[in-house]
Amino acid sequence: MFDLTGKTALVTGATGGIGAAIARSLHKQGATVAISGTRAEVLETLKAELGERVHVLPCNLGNAEEVEKLVPAAEAAMGSLDILVNNAGITRDGLAMRMKDDDWAQVLDVNLTASFRLSRAAMRGMMKRRYGRIIGITSVVGVTGNAGQANYAASKAGMIGMTKALAQELASRNVTVNCIAPGFIATPMTDALNDKQKEAIIAKVPAGRLGTSDDVAAAALYLASAEAAYVTGQTLHVNGGMAMI
Amino acid sequence: MSDVAERVKKIVVEHLGVDAEKVNPEASFIDDLGADSLDTVELVMAFEEEFGIEIPDDAAETIQTVGDAVKFIEKSAA
Repeated sequence: MFDLTGKTALVTGATGGIGAAIARSLHKQGATVAISGTRAEVLETLKAELGERVHVLPCNLGNAEEVEKLVPAAEAAMGSLDILVNNAGITRDGLAMRMKDDDWAQVLDVNLTASFRLSRAAMRGMMKRRYGRIIGITSVVGVTGNAGQANYAASKAGMIGMTKALAQELASRNVTVNCIAPGFIATPMTDALNDKQKEAIIAKVPAGRLGTSDDVAAAALYLASAEAAYVTGQTLHVNGGMAMI
Repeated sequence: MSDVAERVKKIVVEHLGVDAEKVNPEASFIDDLGADSLDTVELVMAFEEEFGIEIPDDAAETIQTVGDAVKFIEKSAA
C-alpha cells in the first residue's frame, strides 16, 4: 500500500515542520522529492538526512518570477512531476481593523496565488501523462475562521474553493486535487505558547493532544498514493476532532 | 500538404490518439475526432509550443477544425 517508487514530488515549505514531515514520508515510500523553501541551508540539512533521490530548489513564493520557474526546475531535475504539495504558508496576524493592505496581500500572494501558479504549471505535464496528485495544505481556520487571521483564513478558504474547481477540470485525466486541513499541530509556532495557552487549546480538542507533523504527513501520503485515485475535490481534516465539518 | 499541415496533423494524431486518415482539413476536433474541452485547450497549447506563436482565447474559439488550425497558424507565422 501507498508505494511511491518511481514517482516524483515537489513539496513547498519543506523547511517547516509539516513540510519536512511530508517530504520525509513521500521519500520513505520511494518517491524522488524536490524540496523547496526560502532557507537553502535548512533544505540542505534535510537533503543530507534523506540521502538519495532529493533535489533542493530554493524559491521565494512571494516572487512571481521565481514561482513560475519552480515547476519547470522540478521537472528538469526529476524528469517529471507527479505529486505537487502546496504546503508553504505564512501568517501576518492582526485584528482586521488594524490590518495593513500589505499584510493582506502578502498572505494571499504566498498562500493562495503561488499555489494557483504552481498548480497551473504542474497540471500541464500531469494532464499529458494522465496522472497527477495536487495536494494543498489548508487549515481548519479556512473553514471555521479565527479572530486575528482574516487574511490567513481567507487564503486557506480560497485554497479549498480553488481545489474543488481544479478537481472538476482535471478529474477526467486521472489528476486528483485535494486539501488537508490541519488543526493545532505541534510546531515551532506552537512551542512559543505557554503551558496555560496550550492547556486552553487542548481543552477544545477531543483527542486531548496537539497533532504532530507526522499526523499530517500520513494524510498527505494517502492522498498522494495511487490508492486515493477516486478521492478528489475533498478536504481531509486532521484535527483530533476539534472541528467536525 | 504544407509543412504546417503535416506538423498539425502529427500533433493531433499524437494527442487525440486517432487514425491519421481521419485527420483531414474538414475534421472537427470535437464532433469528428472525439476531443473534449480540455483536449482542445491542450491542442491549442501544443500548437503554440510547436510553432512559437500565441493563440488568444477568442481566436482559439474559432478553431473548430483541423483546417481552421492550419489556416490560423499559417497566418500567424507569416
